[in-house]
Amino acid sequence: MAPHDLRRPFKRRPISDQQKRRDLSLLRQSQHRSDAQQRARNLASSVISLQSSSSPDVDPETLSEPMPDVDTTGHESEASSFDIRQASSLRGPEARKWFASQLMLPEWMIDVPENLSRDWYVLARPAGKRCFVVSADGTTVSRLRNGSVLHHFPSALPGGARKKGVSGPAQSYSILDCIFHEADQTYYVIDMVCWRGYSLYECTAEFRFFWLQSKLDETGACDPPSFYHKFRFSVVPFYNCDQSGLHSVYTGSLPYVKDGLLLYNKHAHYHTGNTPLVLIWKDERCSQYVIDTDNNGQVPNQQHIVLGLQDDGKIVTSDDPPVVVNCLNADFIKQSGLSPGSLVRFAIGDGGLNCVDGKFEKADLQYISVSNRARAFADSYSKIMFQYMARHSPLKAEDLASVVSQENQQDKLPEVEMSD
Amino acid sequence: MEVTQLLLNAQSIDGTVRKHAEENLKLFQSQNLAGFLLSLAGELANDEKPVDSRKLAGLVLKNALDAKEQHRKYELVQRWLSLDMATKTQIRAFLLKTLSSPVPDVRSTASQVIAKVAGIELPQNQWPELVGSLLSNIHQLPAHVKQATLETLGYLCEEVSPDVVEQEHVNKILTAVVQGMDSAEGNNDVRLAATRALYMALGFAQANFNNDMERDYIMRVVCEATLSPEVKIRQAAFECLVSIASTYYEKLAHYMQDIFNITAKAVREDDESVALQAIEFWSSICDEEIDILEEYGGEFTGDSDVPCFYFTKQALPALVPLLLETLLKQEEDQDLDEGAWNIAMAGGTCLGLVARAVGDDIVPHVMPFIEEKISKPDWREREAATYAFGSILEGPSPDKLMTIVNAALTFMLNALTKDPSNHVKDTTAWTLGRMFEFLHGSTIETPIITQANCQQIITVLIQTMKDAPNVAEKACGALYFLAQGYEDIGPNSPLTPFFQEIIQSLLAVAHREDATESRLRTAAYEALNEVVRCSTDETSTMVLQLVPVIMLELHNTLEGEKLSSDEREKQNELQGLLCGCLQVIIQKLGSEPTKYVFMQHADQMMGLFLRVFGCRSATAHEEAMLAIGALAYAAGPDFAKYMPEFYKYLEMGLQNFEEYQVCAVTVGVIGDICRALEDKILPYCDGIMTQLLKDLSSNQLHRSVKPPIFSCFGDIALAIGENFEKYINYSMPMLQSAAELSAHASGADDEMTEYTNSLRNGILEAYSGIFQGFKNSPKTQLLIPYAPHILQFLDSIYMEKDMDEVVMKTAIGVLGDLADTLGSHVGGLIQQSVSSKEFLNECLSSDDHTIKEAAEWAKHAITRAISV
Repeated sequence: MAPHDLRRPFKRRPISDQQKRRDLSLLRQSQHRSDAQQRARNLASSVISLQSSSSPDVDPETLSEPMPDVDTTGHESEASSFDIRQASSLRGPEARKWFASQLMLPEWMIDVPENLSRDWYVLARPAGKRCFVVSADGTTVSRLRNGSVLHHFPSALPGGARKKGVSGPAQSYSILDCIFHEADQTYYVIDMVCWRGYSLYECTAEFRFFWLQSKLDETGACDPPSFYHKFRFSVVPFYNCDQSGLHSVYTGSLPYVKDGLLLYNKHAHYHTGNTPLVLIWKDERCSQYVIDTDNNGQVPNQQHIVLGLQDDGKIVTSDDPPVVVNCLNADFIKQSGLSPGSLVRFAIGDGGLNCVDGKFEKADLQYISVSNRARAFADSYSKIMFQYMARHSPLKAEDLASVVSQENQQDKLPEVEMSD
Repeated sequence: MEVTQLLLNAQSIDGTVRKHAEENLKLFQSQNLAGFLLSLAGELANDEKPVDSRKLAGLVLKNALDAKEQHRKYELVQRWLSLDMATKTQIRAFLLKTLSSPVPDVRSTASQVIAKVAGIELPQNQWPELVGSLLSNIHQLPAHVKQATLETLGYLCEEVSPDVVEQEHVNKILTAVVQGMDSAEGNNDVRLAATRALYMALGFAQANFNNDMERDYIMRVVCEATLSPEVKIRQAAFECLVSIASTYYEKLAHYMQDIFNITAKAVREDDESVALQAIEFWSSICDEEIDILEEYGGEFTGDSDVPCFYFTKQALPALVPLLLETLLKQEEDQDLDEGAWNIAMAGGTCLGLVARAVGDDIVPHVMPFIEEKISKPDWREREAATYAFGSILEGPSPDKLMTIVNAALTFMLNALTKDPSNHVKDTTAWTLGRMFEFLHGSTIETPIITQANCQQIITVLIQTMKDAPNVAEKACGALYFLAQGYEDIGPNSPLTPFFQEIIQSLLAVAHREDATESRLRTAAYEALNEVVRCSTDETSTMVLQLVPVIMLELHNTLEGEKLSSDEREKQNELQGLLCGCLQVIIQKLGSEPTKYVFMQHADQMMGLFLRVFGCRSATAHEEAMLAIGALAYAAGPDFAKYMPEFYKYLEMGLQNFEEYQVCAVTVGVIGDICRALEDKILPYCDGIMTQLLKDLSSNQLHRSVKPPIFSCFGDIALAIGENFEKYINYSMPMLQSAAELSAHASGADDEMTEYTNSLRNGILEAYSGIFQGFKNSPKTQLLIPYAPHILQFLDSIYMEKDMDEVVMKTAIGVLGDLADTLGSHVGGLIQQSVSSKEFLNECLSSDDHTIKEAAEWAKHAITRAISV
């Protein structure tokens, strides 16, 4: 039995840096795990926050003003107060980003995808305000892309009004992706995200559209307005993106004013944020707003774009990852009072844009000003390019039609051989 | 061949003979275990056999009963228990007989083997007569047998848990041991054996220490033994006192005066081996008081189990001078010798503990010593004064120290550049580090580092980094804490103007020829890491520039050709440091706005990490794995492109049972990857899940890895959603049986409670992940059959009342997830559960807002589930 070693650490930290790294990693991992769980729980919680936080219908501009911190320690009466707290603590661009990130946003069509007629649906986009309609706990709330409440109303959607009956269990919730069409005061439904508590996020567009068509009508939501049903809902007709489908949506008459065509890839899930699997295309015939207008509704002589300024002086699009358009030098940034994160408005000069493989080789940008603070995002690459093409060499309806008809012929060829 | 010859051959100098003999022994063991063990025991007991064969017989026998690895140990125990009774009885008899052998070594070996057998048999209620037969006639035994018997009792107490020995036997053992220690015992060998046996037996003496008379007797005998003329007995007696200090702290009040006198005498006059134990007694008392005071916030409340007796505070006026004296007994080169431990070091360490135990009170007792000696011509006095100063910087309040430290700062900076003594500079640099560690940072009201002196401090530290390795190492340490103090400084750090210079200097230090001495290189990288960790956006470009530099260094370590094993070890250590440094940088730069520029290095960096896995070094693997986890987080879904190549190393990591730290970090990294890749991890899940399930069933794997494996199930389920279906049949039963175990495993001790809670947390995180993963899937019905058990688990851990906040939050979250995912299917079940009422209400009114949040979420989910 030897004497026991009693040496203690001498002039050393009790915890090695390696242990510290290990501990920090564990901390980071458990933090991220709990964030991931929080996000999963928020799928439902976002609904709660949307319908419970009946904040007044504020002008988006005022949202961006810094507000004094609300004392949250005092009010804890609401069951779901943490959701409200979270959502209501978001202000201005934060709020916009959050709500916008709940919606699937189309990219602009700058080239025609393959297998258009086989893999895509097409529909005529109603002109109006894009919004999320959430029905739950006996009420219905619609929120614009910037997070502000458009309407707070009873509806025949499941759980959408305080009445028992066909609308189903009071506690289930539904989320619809809609466009509110002013002229006939109708919510045109372009997509279904959740139905009676059943999430459709992970379902293909094909399934979602089928579900939308078969379920919405059952509820009476498509009926004319009544006491328990303040606004009418209507499903936007959609077609396979073949010759006849394209023809119907492009030339056919519809009860609403069109604003371009939306193309949905049938296999795509409901992907929040920008996605290339939903595309928007416009020309003069099917939209009043092909070329961007300025704040006064005038089409400016030059194309205006809004880009984000990074730390290193690069100015980039809103894509993930961002596409670098150009770089500002430090003196200029200082002079113009810009700071990293700023959104900056430019005009495209006569030098134009030149792109290779989705990267800008050359961009003749003329600085205008810092962008309106109400804006949350820079423009996306596809928007800039679509707008640029619209001014110079637009993608025409004929181009779409000819692609579709070519595909059609290719598809038919083997049939011909077999029948021989 | 007979066993004697085999055993002798097995110790032959001739390698071939030895190897042959070893193989034959193994063969014998595998063919006839009973015969093998019996002949070993017979050999050991036979006084006519050569000592060498007998000793080895005992050793082989001992190794056939116990092993370090848990699973091997378990196997050996089972094998012994399955032997026939006749064989075991005969072996026991041989062993007991050996205790009377005239050969000391043989007796000692037998003692240890007996203890091993007892360790297996006593918990099974076998060999109940052992203690009785050892003690039956102890007083009549010849001295050498008595000595062997006491030694056996000591080993027995070390081997066996107190609860398998009846109190009656415990009393007999302690009586025999303490009587053997008594000064009336004339034989020093017996007395030494008894004293060492008591050290082992102290854990058995709970009841006896509660009895005043018995305790008085034990304490008197121990204290007397510290005065024995035999140095080994004195040392062993002090070891007993040290152990008593921590085991029976609350019983000591009555004896402290005497113990102080004894320890003071030993520290001043006795042999260093004894003096070190005497100092250790006080260090242990301080440890106890620091723990007590930390737990009860310095205030003695009625419900604290162990009150603080403030022994240190009472002893202060005499104890501090005693310790200060020891500081002057430095060894010339103690700072150059990693293994050094002497009375000056022990004394200074103890002084630091005293400062933590008593706080402000220590300052006036130490200051006069410092003031008197800090400028003396003798380096010993200057060093002792500096060391005393550095030692008391943790404990007293900043208010108490601030003036002194401010005055001392300039002096110290000056000493660091001018003092001729390496030893003084070493301690001075260390003291500066302590100043920064405890008196510099956002929580300190009046900063000791100001705009006026910042430049000077950094200049001196950088200059000191060029000094001897031991001094430079301490300067790196000081820089570490200097940087750490600016951790929460906000967007503008006072270090920014010096950032480049600091980084350059640290890299230069790491490249010094002599950087492997005194841990210098490690210290340099650690400081570099902390400087990076605490840097602000102002300097992110410079951190970015560091990336290719560190990557190049890592690349260079991978190019090394034929290295000696010593060189390779240093190389691996360096790889670990560089991977660690990259990990820190990844975490710094891997998020906005530096992410995109930084990620341009990702491919190359990943390539380097994968090559590190090609080298055999657990530390380097672990560091590379941690760095990859950080990289996965930064890369997000893009990490998928590395998976085909990386996957095999993931699998290797999960199979690394021996270096369980590697396995543990690998499990954590799988979580990172799940969150980064989400469902893109699916193709790898079969392999990962198989390995994780294997890990869980293995008894070779360190238990600390198991809770994170359960959490990892949750990560995977959350990532792949309903695709987790195919693992349900395997993972749910595992979770269920672990849950049953952990529900009622509540703590025999703090460590067990902590483990139980971490296990529960892992299990609960798995359930959460699985429920959330299945949410809104048509396959949720697959989970319904498990709901009753999960609710029962929640109820039972709630009833146990011993869960910590982390478990509480996870548990209430699981309740919500269950309700949310299974909805009306389980509405009734939920309403019947205690968790949905008392537990939920308790969480709703929790002060911890994260618990409250989770509870509010759960409440909402339950309301929806039961209202349908």
